Amino acid sequence: MLGVAWYLVSNTLANLEARRIASGFAFLWREAGFEIGEAPFQRYSAADTYLKALAVGLANTFKVSLAGIVLTTVLGAAIGLFLVAANRLLKAVSRAYVEFMRNVPLLVQLFFWYALITETLPPPPQALQPLPGVFLSNRGIFFPLPGSAPVLEGFNFSGGLAITPEFAALLVGLVTYTAAFIAEIVRAGVLSVSRGQREAAYALGLTRALAMRHVVLPQALRVIVPPLTSQYLNLTKNSSLAVAIGYPDLVSIANTIINQTGQAIEGIAIIMAVYLTISLSISAFMNWYNARLK
Amino acid sequence: MNRLLSAVLGVVIAFLAWKFIDWALLHAVWQPDSKACRAAQGACWGFIAEKHRFILFGTYPYEQHWRPALASILLLLLWALSAWRMFWRWWLVPLWLAGLSVIGILMWGGVLGLPYVENQRWGGLILTLLLSSFGIALAFPLSILLALGRRSDLPVIQALCVGFIELIRGVPLISILFMASVMLPLFLPAGVSIDKLLRAQIALILFAAAYLAEVVRGGLQAIPKEQYEAADALGLAYWQKTGTVILPQALRIAVPPLVNTIIGFFKDTSLVVIIGLFDLLQTIKVSLQDPAWSGYGVEAYLFAALVYFAFCFAMSLYSRRLERR
Repeated sequence: MLGVAWYLVSNTLANLEARRIASGFAFLWREAGFEIGEAPFQRYSAADTYLKALAVGLANTFKVSLAGIVLTTVLGAAIGLFLVAANRLLKAVSRAYVEFMRNVPLLVQLFFWYALITETLPPPPQALQPLPGVFLSNRGIFFPLPGSAPVLEGFNFSGGLAITPEFAALLVGLVTYTAAFIAEIVRAGVLSVSRGQREAAYALGLTRALAMRHVVLPQALRVIVPPLTSQYLNLTKNSSLAVAIGYPDLVSIANTIINQTGQAIEGIAIIMAVYLTISLSISAFMNWYNARLK
Repeated sequence: MNRLLSAVLGVVIAFLAWKFIDWALLHAVWQPDSKACRAAQGACWGFIAEKHRFILFGTYPYEQHWRPALASILLLLLWALSAWRMFWRWWLVPLWLAGLSVIGILMWGGVLGLPYVENQRWGGLILTLLLSSFGIALAFPLSILLALGRRSDLPVIQALCVGFIELIRGVPLISILFMASVMLPLFLPAGVSIDKLLRAQIALILFAAAYLAEVVRGGLQAIPKEQYEAADALGLAYWQKTGTVILPQALRIAVPPLVNTIIGFFKDTSLVVIIGLFDLLQTIKVSLQDPAWSGYGVEAYLFAALVYFAFCFAMSLYSRRLERR
């Protein structure tokens, strides 16, 4: 085994030398030279370092993952409760939703949402205005902020809060896809609470909704939380599909850097280290939360 | 209250369904005529009609399309056969090996009067089916070894297996595919190169093995301790015990979750698009780059969704039937 490892390392060093690539992380302090479409919480320009570019990518990964986790929990919980609802039609519709979403690859769904936004929405000059001050166009969605409303300037809007088509497609895709899995987890959790618990609650005069809220859900949560963790992790890992639709997340930026500098080993090591850290932190947090529930 | 909800919901669904049918069927264009599509109000299914050969077979030589078609059918037959409980026997392994060899001969050719087709030209549906079939077929034995290794008493083997499984499961598949496409060539001696398709296939096998290993481990854990003790009492050695007592039971228990993992893996093969392989999704994506047919992404990806859905839904119905037994 050591022999194999030595053989691989020596091959790699020979190859790197042949391609004139200096191994190591020194390249991180060189100038990046490429622009990034969106940089939340910081200023970034092409003159900044590769390290700064990676930080922007990481911020974008966090932005879409956190927003996604919050929204998908709400949507998934709602659909999960619909799956055990008394209303047959509601049940059937949510079942169809879950089956469809779970059986189509996320990447196909992302391409679909991106095509839907960029192909069917009108260009900015003819933007739809569903609410006063809110504009829907194929260049993004624009919301007014206090003191700054989106204004059409040339071919695009400026001012206000802008959501790019890439971010919107990725967020909608991640949220609707993961919600189908969370819905099944919530349904299984609710069904795991024994029938007697519910009957006892009804006997005490609680309505269906109150029994669900005060008796069933608190007990179901114990079954729901552990698999929910892995869905949060999946969502975060799946946010790396951003590279396919051009949202500048960590993987997408690292990929650009690998193509520019040829530092493949370092670039991939960075991606893997970041995701492993996120994975381990989320599972540590959830284990702690889970221990507190019991 | 319940009735009111049904009524409101019914109206909303009927309205949306009507809008969709109006777009997808009533005002749709079905002939491969791009001018008619540009003028139409509804969906342009003519795009699929025009490009269906490319979407299904990629850049495989046109007059040889029967070969990937036959290979796809053979592959699906193999899967259908393996789904029957009565065929879960030892000879399923040689049957798969024989089937995959025939498919290899069909696809590559070069013998029996079939012209040679290099695998850079393989594409479309058959590539998706091949990547997932070879992926599962080779990852499955590996996953059994990993699962056994994870429960092994030898600390070095256990640590290696745990490390491998957790590393692969902790990072996104795309980073493993990048590793295979840009990092793997650096490991090889000068002058040796592995084909891009094969590199992606290796990455997919390693990825699938880590996930399948956890499912197999679940099956192993479900075997009561008495079974191990009874096998030990009979004086069976480790591999005899594992092969004849433990694994046959553990794998049977693990079949429904295995099928679910396989569904997930089948969907995940679509990620090879990102490293530029011509699978089903990529051929659809490339078809959209034809200027005469650009702008029909919604139709194209709905079609892709339907194809993937057909395969995945069939598998999930099967897994549910198994669970009910």
